[in-house]
Amino acid sequence: MTDKSHDPNQMTGAAMIVRALIDHGVQHIFGYPGGAVLPIYDEIFQQSEVEHILVRHEQGAGHAAEGYARSTGRPGVVLVTSGPGATNMVTPLTDALMDSIPLVCITGQVPTHLIGNDAFQECDTVGITRPSTKHNWLVRNVNDLAKVLHEAFYVATTGRPGPVVVDVPKDVQFATGAYHPPRKSDVHVSYTPRVKGDATLIRKAAAMLASAKRPVIYTGGGVINSGPEASKLLRELVEATGFPITSTLMGLGAYPASGPNWLGMLGMHGTYEANMTMHDCDVMLCVGARFDDRITGRTDAFSPGSKKIHIDIDPSSINKNIRVDVPIIGDAGNVIGDLLQVFKAEAKKPDIRAWWQQIAQWRARNSLAYRKNNDVILPQYAIQRLFELTRGRDTYITTEVGQHQMWAAQFFGFEEPHRWMTSGGLGTMGYGLPAALGVQVAHPDSLVIDIAGDASVQMTIQEMSTAVQFELPIKIFILNNQYMGMVRQWQQLLHGNRLSHSYSEALPDFVKLADAYGCVGLQATKPSDLDGAIREMISVKRPVLFDCRVAALENCFPMIPSGKAHNEMLLPEEATNEATATAFAGGKALV
Amino acid sequence: MNQPASAYFLEERQDPTETHTLSVLVQNEPGVLARVIGLFSGRGYNIDSLTVSETESQKHLSRITIVTTGTPMVIQQIKNQLDRMIPVYRVVDMTLTGRSIERELAMVKVKGGGDNRVEALRLADAFRARVIDATTESFVFEITGNSAKINQFIDLMRPLGLVEVSRTGVAAIGRGPEGM
Repeated sequence: MTDKSHDPNQMTGAAMIVRALIDHGVQHIFGYPGGAVLPIYDEIFQQSEVEHILVRHEQGAGHAAEGYARSTGRPGVVLVTSGPGATNMVTPLTDALMDSIPLVCITGQVPTHLIGNDAFQECDTVGITRPSTKHNWLVRNVNDLAKVLHEAFYVATTGRPGPVVVDVPKDVQFATGAYHPPRKSDVHVSYTPRVKGDATLIRKAAAMLASAKRPVIYTGGGVINSGPEASKLLRELVEATGFPITSTLMGLGAYPASGPNWLGMLGMHGTYEANMTMHDCDVMLCVGARFDDRITGRTDAFSPGSKKIHIDIDPSSINKNIRVDVPIIGDAGNVIGDLLQVFKAEAKKPDIRAWWQQIAQWRARNSLAYRKNNDVILPQYAIQRLFELTRGRDTYITTEVGQHQMWAAQFFGFEEPHRWMTSGGLGTMGYGLPAALGVQVAHPDSLVIDIAGDASVQMTIQEMSTAVQFELPIKIFILNNQYMGMVRQWQQLLHGNRLSHSYSEALPDFVKLADAYGCVGLQATKPSDLDGAIREMISVKRPVLFDCRVAALENCFPMIPSGKAHNEMLLPEEATNEATATAFAGGKALV
Repeated sequence: MNQPASAYFLEERQDPTETHTLSVLVQNEPGVLARVIGLFSGRGYNIDSLTVSETESQKHLSRITIVTTGTPMVIQQIKNQLDRMIPVYRVVDMTLTGRSIERELAMVKVKGGGDNRVEALRLADAFRARVIDATTESFVFEITGNSAKINQFIDLMRPLGLVEVSRTGVAAIGRGPEGM
């Protein structure tokens, strides 16, 4: 019998977890300690390769890891305790699932002999997180731990990325077993994501593009998730075809906002030209997007005359909401690369000058226009100034959820992928502040701004304390209208302007709050103050809470009313009381 | 049930629904059945029948047979959603292959005397049901066949003193020499 005590691969479960993080190149993790993870925290204490960022609430750890993952392309890692630690992670896990963000979440669990006994801080973590994750595991034997950890990283980062949970009982953390470095056999043989698209279908798609008269390219978060190369190839494809391009909220930055073929974002609060182009096109190339209800509007009136090509890595996204003609399963970057090659070799740029003339007419409607005001700051103006004053800088933007998020998407131009972090699918208020922390951890010298609303920001405001502790100079730019703006807008448009519980009676003084947390508070109340205050915010090398007082009752337009088609948009200048009432009639029941 | 698609459908879609039998080969590990069932409940799909058992213990493989009803788009979505689960090896739509055999087993308890008892035995014989338990006032029949045959047998037993039924749900396998 050999002496196992000197075998370097024999170690405790807790040590295996830290070792696996190192083996997967993890430099930062976000977490919060508790009884069921103390052995792991003890290991973290005794090493320096993985830096732990202590948050103030587990939800903050989850969103920070999401921001980290989205801005780097690497998985975000979270460590939380059992029971409430795990349940507080449900929102970020679901958020990451909806937006396809790779997260590896390690949860502590009560010792195996107590599982099922309603022990202190016990919950059925794998049961609760099963529908919120791409996959999850409960590890009952320390000798399975290494395999599960390696598989967890593989599953989170390959195919359609997503969150995974590894639930580790405390006795397994203490137990000693055999560790091994990552190897292929760690992964289920049943898990085989497809990367390369079908060559015949790609050829067919190329032919469709070549014969298009009124084409459009519609891209989503899949292009971003595929990596920077995918965005590069997408730009080449746009150049080679000369086609107009629009994108979902999740896909902003894949094609530069300053690019000549850019139509702006599409969907419920998208531009008139983007939605009209989608509605009237004859060939639609959808890459890494999923025909979500915020994009399609009324599905039976969605782009009725077009042939649709859909590139997606997840077969279950195909024909889920909208029937497509050419489905191509594969990685966005890989398939665009192949498509580009075939198009260049076998086709030439179709003549679509008439289509561009039509688009120019739609553009001329100037659907993002808003009236100027010298007395109060309009939220659109605030975002425009923020954009202009940060132009040319190394900037990352996160947002919360609501009107400010839509205005940010409309008025902040993104030139590169991985610069825009927002909660798209789940629509999680409170996402942006912790996400900004995660981004700043990954990019310590960059300018990281959370464009926030006064309601959303309060959902995770406690993370300002994390920013101060770890010297993360994030900028929280609050468009403060004292309302839950989007709720109020819907109440105005759909519920007879009965503003039920959408007004925040007792907002904190954000400047004093900043002071209390030990960061910098700034305020702007007049358009003439704005530029100076933004410049100050940028130059301060500490966390900033910026209270930007904006017009309280401004609505976010253009808007596709619920249950309407793309060509039934409501533009700002048309949004009279009467027109609004007509447009929204019958839409109350819809989300 | 119709497809849980966009919230923007103003009218209920009236697409015709179909019933399909799906064979799903999965890694037999803790929680795998919960994942499959959770998918159906979470996304609002129907389960008409579900059977599951380990079929290859050496390889830890289980076979789940699910009978489900939905529009063709929903059926396709169910198959895609099942297929992308990590422990799922294969999903085969037995109804689409058109070359499958489906069987179900039921145990049917009937209580009664006199003419009813004689009639029950006579019908059981016609349906090739076996008597697997008998008392002076009851029988338990075992019957195997497709679901329609079993439904028919149960309907016939009802007026003769049907007490209770236990059914296994549908198991399906393809015809011919190939496996799934």
